[in-house]
Amino acid sequence: MMRVIRFFLLVLLALAPLCGAAHAADDFQTLLAQLASDDFDAKAAAIRALGALGDPRAVRVLEALSSDGLYTTSDHKVVIAVESGDGYALTDPIDGKSLGTVTSDAVDQVMVNNSLRSDVESALAGLMLFSPRREDRQRAANDALKHPAPGRIPGLKKALAAEQDDEVRGTLRKALAAAQLSSTDKSEQLAAIATLSDSTSPEIYNLLAERRNASNLDPAVEKALDAELHAIAQRIRIIGFAATLFEGLSLGSILLLAAIGLAITFGVMGVINMAHGEMIMLGAYATYVVQQLFGAFLPPQWLDAYLVAAVPVAFVVTALVGVALERGIIRFLYGRPLETLLATWGVSLVLQQLVRTIFGAPNKEVGNPAWMTGGISLPGGVFLTWNRLVIMAFCFVVLGLLALVLRRTRFGLHMRAVTQNRDMAAAMGIPTARVDALTFGLGSGIAGIAGVALSQIGNVSPNLGGIYIVDSFMVVVFGGVGSLLGTLAGAMTLGIVNKLLEPVAGAVLGKVVVLVAIILFIQKRPRGLFALKGRVAES
Amino acid sequence: MRLRNIAKALVLAGTVLGTAPFAPAQADDVIKIGVLHSLSGTMAISESTLKDTVLMMVDDLNKHGGLLGKKVEAVVVDPASNWPLFAEKARELLEKDKVAVVFGCWTSVSRKSVLPVFEELNGLLFYPVQYEGEESSNNVFYTGAAPNQQAIPAVEYLMSKEGGEAKRWVLEGTDYVYPRTTNKILRAFLHSKGVSDADIMENYTPFGFSDWQTEVAAIKKFASAGKKTAVVSTINGDANVPFYKELANQGVKATDIPVVAFSVGEQELSGIDTKNLVGHLAAWNYFESVKNPTNAAFIKQWHTFIKDDKRVTNDPMEATYIGFKMWTQAVLQAGTTDVDAVRQAMYGQTVKAPSGFTVVMNTNHHLSKPVMIGEIRPDGQFDVVWKTKRTIKADAWSPYLAEDKGKVADWTFPWVCGNCTEPKYKAYAN
Repeated sequence: MMRVIRFFLLVLLALAPLCGAAHAADDFQTLLAQLASDDFDAKAAAIRALGALGDPRAVRVLEALSSDGLYTTSDHKVVIAVESGDGYALTDPIDGKSLGTVTSDAVDQVMVNNSLRSDVESALAGLMLFSPRREDRQRAANDALKHPAPGRIPGLKKALAAEQDDEVRGTLRKALAAAQLSSTDKSEQLAAIATLSDSTSPEIYNLLAERRNASNLDPAVEKALDAELHAIAQRIRIIGFAATLFEGLSLGSILLLAAIGLAITFGVMGVINMAHGEMIMLGAYATYVVQQLFGAFLPPQWLDAYLVAAVPVAFVVTALVGVALERGIIRFLYGRPLETLLATWGVSLVLQQLVRTIFGAPNKEVGNPAWMTGGISLPGGVFLTWNRLVIMAFCFVVLGLLALVLRRTRFGLHMRAVTQNRDMAAAMGIPTARVDALTFGLGSGIAGIAGVALSQIGNVSPNLGGIYIVDSFMVVVFGGVGSLLGTLAGAMTLGIVNKLLEPVAGAVLGKVVVLVAIILFIQKRPRGLFALKGRVAES
Repeated sequence: MRLRNIAKALVLAGTVLGTAPFAPAQADDVIKIGVLHSLSGTMAISESTLKDTVLMMVDDLNKHGGLLGKKVEAVVVDPASNWPLFAEKARELLEKDKVAVVFGCWTSVSRKSVLPVFEELNGLLFYPVQYEGEESSNNVFYTGAAPNQQAIPAVEYLMSKEGGEAKRWVLEGTDYVYPRTTNKILRAFLHSKGVSDADIMENYTPFGFSDWQTEVAAIKKFASAGKKTAVVSTINGDANVPFYKELANQGVKATDIPVVAFSVGEQELSGIDTKNLVGHLAAWNYFESVKNPTNAAFIKQWHTFIKDDKRVTNDPMEATYIGFKMWTQAVLQAGTTDVDAVRQAMYGQTVKAPSGFTVVMNTNHHLSKPVMIGEIRPDGQFDVVWKTKRTIKADAWSPYLAEDKGKVADWTFPWVCGNCTEPKYKAYAN
């Protein structure tokens, strides 16, 4: 019975704004108190009623509610609270006055869950169609497009008339058309379909398809809908293919980053380095340490720059480990590939356990800096994330720099000389032992840089290296041992093929198919895509 | 006189020290328990914490005088995330170290690997992790959730008005026995609620999968069909971090497409930046954020033992706590660590759990536990948005699967069976 009465009260409250502005203040306060209720339905109703109230103070309250900033005090007063020091700074939502600071036990958070949060979103969207801020209006227009309802038509028409910004106008016009689709007037329907005609979004496709399935449509409308649906489906297919290509290139760039270091240690020097993955892992942990140091010693506005600082740090750390590894173990094993394989595998286990002992087994959190979070939304529901775009660019920069070092520097010349003919290089006075150590250091350092990039998309855990070692060898072998260009081509091909197969065969089967295809390819061309030619390659 | 006092003191000290590490070889004075959790390899992330939990409980027990007047000693082995090695180490614990009980395993495949060993040697295993059910061994006590204590209530919540009335379902999982079985049960359950196959998308990825672009894009596409969509994730281990990162970066918000996970808890979130994941859900029987005196004491005990106030507690830790407490109670009640006697004493054993509820061990070797749904908070903890009013009894066999029809797990007379459609001692029963 109580619930029924309360529901009636709420309905009355929701209708109250129609009765005149004088009551609005009281309604606002009652609804505010209702927000703190334990009853889910009452809360939801209060949110909707607040949205319909048209009171600017409601925006503040709803925003606080959705960001967990609405609290109740011990005397059941609803307040907006912001954490400050050990306690909370309180603000009165009714008049916006400060209510001082209290300890955290003195206030209780007003709980919201997903479904309430989405209620708040649509309530805010209704209020924000007329907000002075452009992004608020854009958000509100997007929301209206997502949830078209005939009830929204008058509001949208009013907003469209007042709107100056072109982009917001475009969205509003579409939202209005989407709401008018189910209109009873034939010409209005046709106009709505025409407005939506240049669309590429799957949402609008589904909206039109749903409309198409409705009974007793006018033949002209039916024809327009059919043509429209066909055109949109065509566009979505093309965009979808482009998106798959992007995903493939992105995966390829990650494979490439992981494999470049190996292309040097394995490809150029011929060392089967099973500890390559652990160099990537060390680079990722170096990133983590740099992040922690930035957090501890530098002002917060510098924190986002940690990633840039981590690149040289990771390079130096892993290069040093690489040089130590070469001088300490690998140099005694040149020409004995099986023993090298076993020794480096042992080293990889030691490094893993070392990191586990120092940092602990759980994953470490490496945050994306703000400039790498989110992404750009393209038409057709395609979303390019910043972290992948940055990693792609970064990967090509690293590859370019490496090519420069190899082709244009004295060290690069020595390196190539030692690779091609060790004895002759030594006879020419090149310190081959030092070149070996530096080459291995360079390869390891680049693996470390890869670790910096990979920490942005995956886990930072002691097992990080294991994930990439097989893929790295696959890329280098497939692309052709000893060829940087081959590594590039190999990585991109594998990335794209993987992504083309994934939707068809599933991620598990896709990987199997790729592996089998590579084995068959290697049977046909044992030296990979870009085989080195000439006497060197034969020896 | 004084000399006699000194002698007395010496004798006394001797008896006290007799149980201490000076004489670990004397098997009569110690009760050995085995800890079989991976301390290296992929599962070390989750399992090493459970090893510490058992050690914490042992430490606490010894501080309070041990068990049956004896000191308890933990024998820790490392099966290294290697499934066959689990069986080898289990045999070593039971045959060589002669442990009274083993606390261990995380993945279902490791449990399946040790099961024949425990049955052959009549050992006792406490398994503390939520799993797919479809099992009830006389030698295992399952203190984690069965599907009806986690997966089914989570889906029911998302179907409810409060949970957002989801109509379309994405079942996203890692490719092995737990996700596949759970999703089979969920699909049968969704059918029983009138959801058609067109509204269910099922997808699997390998362990440690890291490139989620295609999968997340596919989820977004599936969700654009107009009906409210929810994702049920049985993704396990490391693969969760890149999955959630991709979700956040592609702007999938919990208000649009909520993701409910069964293997993501406080421990897993401590490796992720959770600011963009607020509102995504997890279903467990315990959350660290639950407020009650038992939980406060549990968290304090953990922080004191591990000497780090930042370490979180989670559901499998609570399940380990419950299992350990129940075992000590059963040993006290039986007056011995003999497996058969302890097993009989286990049935009906109750523990006041950190979840705030009193949990009971049933004759199907599973617990009655509460179910809670939590939403991720910006600080990596969970807000409990829904929980059962009382504890729910675990079903070892799912009532939603046709092949499980009529199967009963009950290890007391007249059934005495974990997988039967008829009581073993039917002739004697009435």
